[in-house]
Amino acid sequence: MANGVAAEAAAPLPATRRRSTRRRFVRRKSWIAFLMALPLIALIGALVVYPAFYSLYLAMLNKGMEHFVGLGNFSFLFRRDLFWMVVKQSVIFAVSAVIFKALIGFVVAHFVHNIPAKGQRKWRGMLLVPWVIPPAMSTLAWFWLFDPSYSAFNWVLSRIGLHGVPWLGDPLWARFSVILVNVWYGAPFFLIMYLAALKSVPEQLYEAAAIDGANWWQKIWYVTLPMMRNIIAITVLFSLIVTFANFDIVRILTNGGPIDQTHVFATWAFQLGIEGGDLPLGACVSLFMFPILGVAAYFILRDINRRGNEA
Amino acid sequence: MSRRPFTRRRFLATTAAASAAVIGAPYIRTSHAAGRLAIGFWDHWVPGANDTLTAICQEWAKKEAVDLKIDYITSQGNKIMMTATAESQAQSGHDVLQMLAWYPQSLAKSLEPVDDVMSGLIKQNGKTAPAVEYLGKAGGHWLGVPAVTGTQVKPPCARIDLLKQHCGIDVQAMYPAGKPPTKESDNWNWDNFVVAAEKAFKAGNPFGLGLGQTTDSVDWVGALFASYGAQFADAKGNVTVKSDAMKQVLEYAQRLVKALPPDVFAWDDASNNRYLISGQGSLIFNPPSAWAVAKRDNIKVAEQCWTFEMPKGPKGRFAPFLPFFLGTWKFSKNKSAAKSLLAHLNQRPNVEKLVNASGGYDIPSFESMRNFKVWEEVAPPKGTVYHYPPRDTQQVWMAGFPAPANIAQQMYVQAINTKMIARCTQGGESIDKAIAWAASELEGYART
Repeated sequence: MANGVAAEAAAPLPATRRRSTRRRFVRRKSWIAFLMALPLIALIGALVVYPAFYSLYLAMLNKGMEHFVGLGNFSFLFRRDLFWMVVKQSVIFAVSAVIFKALIGFVVAHFVHNIPAKGQRKWRGMLLVPWVIPPAMSTLAWFWLFDPSYSAFNWVLSRIGLHGVPWLGDPLWARFSVILVNVWYGAPFFLIMYLAALKSVPEQLYEAAAIDGANWWQKIWYVTLPMMRNIIAITVLFSLIVTFANFDIVRILTNGGPIDQTHVFATWAFQLGIEGGDLPLGACVSLFMFPILGVAAYFILRDINRRGNEA
Repeated sequence: MSRRPFTRRRFLATTAAASAAVIGAPYIRTSHAAGRLAIGFWDHWVPGANDTLTAICQEWAKKEAVDLKIDYITSQGNKIMMTATAESQAQSGHDVLQMLAWYPQSLAKSLEPVDDVMSGLIKQNGKTAPAVEYLGKAGGHWLGVPAVTGTQVKPPCARIDLLKQHCGIDVQAMYPAGKPPTKESDNWNWDNFVVAAEKAFKAGNPFGLGLGQTTDSVDWVGALFASYGAQFADAKGNVTVKSDAMKQVLEYAQRLVKALPPDVFAWDDASNNRYLISGQGSLIFNPPSAWAVAKRDNIKVAEQCWTFEMPKGPKGRFAPFLPFFLGTWKFSKNKSAAKSLLAHLNQRPNVEKLVNASGGYDIPSFESMRNFKVWEEVAPPKGTVYHYPPRDTQQVWMAGFPAPANIAQQMYVQAINTKMIARCTQGGESIDKAIAWAASELEGYART
């Protein structure tokens, strides 16, 4: 019996049967989907997964990269005051920038939404400009506006009789400046996402609310915000990840100074790893973004999932 | 018209015939018989300097029958640093790469020793500055050959008129063109420097000395600390920051900072140049790049610029030094050609051509080569950079010396010296607290 099955399997399939097997294979959508996604999966594997594991490996080597030290680099960092200062600054930078970007994006999205459809495209295009310019270029322009000696802002202040501000020379003003530039750059992303969400809120809901006597604020609180909750959560999560990992703005404006008071994870990791020749410690610092963002992503996505199930 | 089909049999016959022809053909020496060589040089900011370097290299390549490929890599955004780190990690890239001061040490495992090249060059040209040996050697072996292009010192570049008018200092009398410094230069010390800085500040033309975290700031502060004998760590890596000399130099810095523009803590390497060129600043510490740009953009300022020696401290006169090196990787497939080119580039006539092409900006690391005509001739005013190359009693100094390179490199890139000054001035901390902070940082840098 077994021999008979083996002989059958080994025998060449007739042409009609081969065709139907191929058709069955093609009909299996999951396989086709997998094959079509394979190039992208390979790309993510090469450019995201491999570097991530490689940096994990690097973070467990000694400074000279000669032997394995396990979690030694991590425990070393925990003992450094500067590390905790960078954690604090990264959180302040990312959280405050995301809050302001979300608020500005929300308000401006409402303004744009209320512009008559005819002129809206122009405004949408203009408001997206900060997000479209490569941040390294626009930050250089900001650097010139904040320039320690020839700040354009200070020139304006002096024209109206006020003292100049040490935008990048004083720790507090320097923090303010890097957050300001990040908000300027990132707010259009929130604007466009919120505008899309606003357009998808059914007009009937506002009409029903108006019939019930709802005022402007109540419409926002009871109609707009609940309808936009998911898009707000996703946008905040996405922006939090990007802002936490920000490098170019801090690097160009302050390079982490003065007295390290504007360093974030990425700039400090670069300084330690590439400039300082301590790649394992640099990799270790950059990996600290992962658990912080992982926790944030878990809570935000869990919330979205719950609401999806409720719906 | 029928076409003969390209069958499998015909394909085999054709490839077999072609292979036989290749194997049987005699070896013909091509114009690139000595192989290929890829080189990555620092992209010089002086227009035309790269062309001279290319011409010297191509002339050598033609003579040696090497197929040479040159890339000029900018130091903007630290691209040249990242290239060195990436090539060392990937074990692939150029055969020869120009690298900044600390890199021969930090990438020592990937670099081919060049003792043979250096012993020949030292025999020919005499000794190099101690700072060059400190940076270029690891484990008793030379790992980089000093590069001419980009190597620089950062002495004072001051306004002749403003120093005379506000501070009563005649810099040309102290440092005359084409002649050694006069007796008056003995009074050019840090004590008189701070008095002059205060006078210039009062007159509205302050000295523009950066205290940020970039190389210009770290380098001049390194020289200031050296002239007071203030060290962070000794050659064995022992932390020596808690010393009277350190307290003394920080007290000095507290006085000096009051006479500087308030935003110097945010200055980068371009800020001091702009400060001088604008006409506001009366003195900066810089190579002649600021003067060269002033010559192009503000000739009236350029005509009043004079470059001369650093002020003297209790322990001597030190010039802030930042060298480049040329290293060849262990993975290079053409090390013999690479070494031949490295030796060729350090021949005196070639060094002179390179220094001339940079308008005197580049400083040869061999002390015997600091007497080229270019430094006498460059103008306006004639002789403005005659005292730019360190000679006489001035030693070149690399911030971080004499600490072992693994500690010193971190000290340098983390700008520990300028941050200490910032802490006990702008940050409002006491000197003792700033020193304690530095000691704790140094213990971290010493990790192996």
